[in-house]
Amino acid sequence: MPDGASPVLDVRGLKTVFKTRGGEIHAVNSVSFHLRPGELLGVVGESGSGKSVTMMSLIGLLPSPPAEVRGGEVLLGGRDLLKLAPRDLQAVRGAKVGFVFQDPMTSLNPVFTVGNQIMEPLMKHMGMTKAQATDRAAELLDLVGIPDARKRLKSYPHQFSGGMRQRVMIAIALACDPDVLIADEPTTALDVTIQAQIIELVKELRQKLGMAIVWITHDLGVIAGIADRVMVMYGGQVVEQAPVKQLFANPQHPYTRALLKTVPALTGARAARLEVIQGQPPLLQGEPTACPFRARCAHAHPRCEAENPARRAIDGLPVGQGHDVACHWTPPPTSEVAHA
Amino acid sequence: MPEPLVRVRNLKMHFPIHAGILRRKVGAVKAVDGVSFDIFEGETLGLVGESGCGKSTVGRALLRLYELTDGSVVIGGEDIATLDPDALRKKRPTMQMVFQDPQASLNPRMTVAAIIGEPLDEHTDWPEAKKTERVYELMDQVGLNRRFANRYPHEFSGGQRQRIGIARALALNPKFIVCDEPIAALDVSIQAQVVNLLEDLQDRLGLTYLFISHDLSMVRHIADRVAVMYLGQIAELSPRDALYAAPLHPYAQALLSAVPEADPALEATRQRIILKGDVPSPANPPKGCNFCTRCPKVIPLCREEKPRLSEVQPGRFVACHLVAANQDTVGGHVSPGPEVREHNQQGELS
Repeated sequence: MPDGASPVLDVRGLKTVFKTRGGEIHAVNSVSFHLRPGELLGVVGESGSGKSVTMMSLIGLLPSPPAEVRGGEVLLGGRDLLKLAPRDLQAVRGAKVGFVFQDPMTSLNPVFTVGNQIMEPLMKHMGMTKAQATDRAAELLDLVGIPDARKRLKSYPHQFSGGMRQRVMIAIALACDPDVLIADEPTTALDVTIQAQIIELVKELRQKLGMAIVWITHDLGVIAGIADRVMVMYGGQVVEQAPVKQLFANPQHPYTRALLKTVPALTGARAARLEVIQGQPPLLQGEPTACPFRARCAHAHPRCEAENPARRAIDGLPVGQGHDVACHWTPPPTSEVAHA
Repeated sequence: MPEPLVRVRNLKMHFPIHAGILRRKVGAVKAVDGVSFDIFEGETLGLVGESGCGKSTVGRALLRLYELTDGSVVIGGEDIATLDPDALRKKRPTMQMVFQDPQASLNPRMTVAAIIGEPLDEHTDWPEAKKTERVYELMDQVGLNRRFANRYPHEFSGGQRQRIGIARALALNPKFIVCDEPIAALDVSIQAQVVNLLEDLQDRLGLTYLFISHDLSMVRHIADRVAVMYLGQIAELSPRDALYAAPLHPYAQALLSAVPEADPALEATRQRIILKGDVPSPANPPKGCNFCTRCPKVIPLCREEKPRLSEVQPGRFVACHLVAANQDTVGGHVSPGPEVREHNQQGELS
């Protein structure tokens, strides 16, 4: 990956709040990250950690009310997406940013043919004629590995299996040759053997098309196999960010360290007992002034209550470039230092 | 060899398909098609497979939540497939179930105490005080605070709700519990809590589990032996360590190779077997071996004759012509040939 290249997507201090009857929920709190050209950034976190809400905030997909993007900048190709008028933002969605959602059944429209749904963005964003769009749609289906592509354009979503539907979703997201592809848990609803097919497809497409990808998942295994860099989210914040090898070899945040231990291994030694993170994720009510993980953290001390830790670099590189962590605690140096 | 607590023989569960104005039976979904296995007292048998392979149907059929199409399920010496309703009801306290979705399997209008106590109301004639005492005892056992006894399910998180479901399953001191994807709906950090609880309870109460899951890493952690199902049949049934070290059935090999591991160094070197296409419909399984349409090692015999599940090594049962044919040479690790690394699809239009 070209390290020096200017990022295709640069998000700074993004804040998203949901207004509910029970008060405000601070779902995304000062999230900053960037995406380099051709890079695959993995975003890991549990439900409610803010990973999906962050990505949906970027391109204005959240209904407002209740959601309100309360601050930050989202720079894509030199423009701040948060300042765009709805019409201009719509032009960005689909054309510049492609989105693949978790559940391919609910995100495809059951009453339109698959071809129709792939052609829609082509005619809308690229100004293609119907004939051109049909050709391109067949090409796209072929690209994502659906055999007999031209014939299958006339099929409806229910005539495809789950894995095939996800391929169709990817074809739609890729239709306008976007700079950034955001994949929100794209394989979570799929079986492992089908998941392996889709991961292999995305790896191939990356090589062919070279777009930058944000891959959201809760599965550390998927991330380990596919990402260049990983961002760990907890309680609406980025708690750790690092190149993938470093994150797994030398995790810094107590949450990351615990999370890696709660997942049983498929090979190697088998733990007699699983490590447990006690307690529940935070509710995110009110302005976040303390560390969101403190209640479940084995290393919490009074400072964690008094002050929400800022992200600090641990390898000398600027925050966001190398390995950084948002924690007051410093783990003791380990013998197994990163090979990266 | 001890007598197994659960002995399943040739279990078949076919669901009829009706069509036309007269709703005539035109076929059957063969969800489970001839499954046999034993579960020994105190052990955990893992049952893995992908969606639609029939693993949950096996779990439900074992407790006779369905009327079996064929086969026998002997639990503690009695064939529950043929028990009459009264006898079956007397048998129920010894076998219980923990469901996947703790949201859907708890009645939202009942308090926690009422949910956990319901089996006691149904199956015992204990006085109220004794029942309450038992409910509290169960709440302690699964790590729920007694003060929450009068709360409703929606006031609990997913992990806590699953604890309520487990307490209910334990109420009548069962011997055998079917855990149907008990952690699938939970977050990663909560899954470990529930799995540890299940293990503790097993140690303390001597429970026997059938642990149904699609999470192969978790099954490796909790199960003693593992059965891999594909399209209504068992492909391989082996002791845990043997299976994970060297799966014998081509499907088990592909399945294990597809599971991503949380280790980038390992991921970079792993050879993955990418299966082509999708699982065939259980209403119309292929002739011969059920896996023959996707198997990377298929030979002509596979398309003609169904392989039988047979013991190819002590304690290891495999249903595959290839494994049966050359027992001595098989046992290799996951090592796909170059031909399996494509992924053109064959659409399943059924």
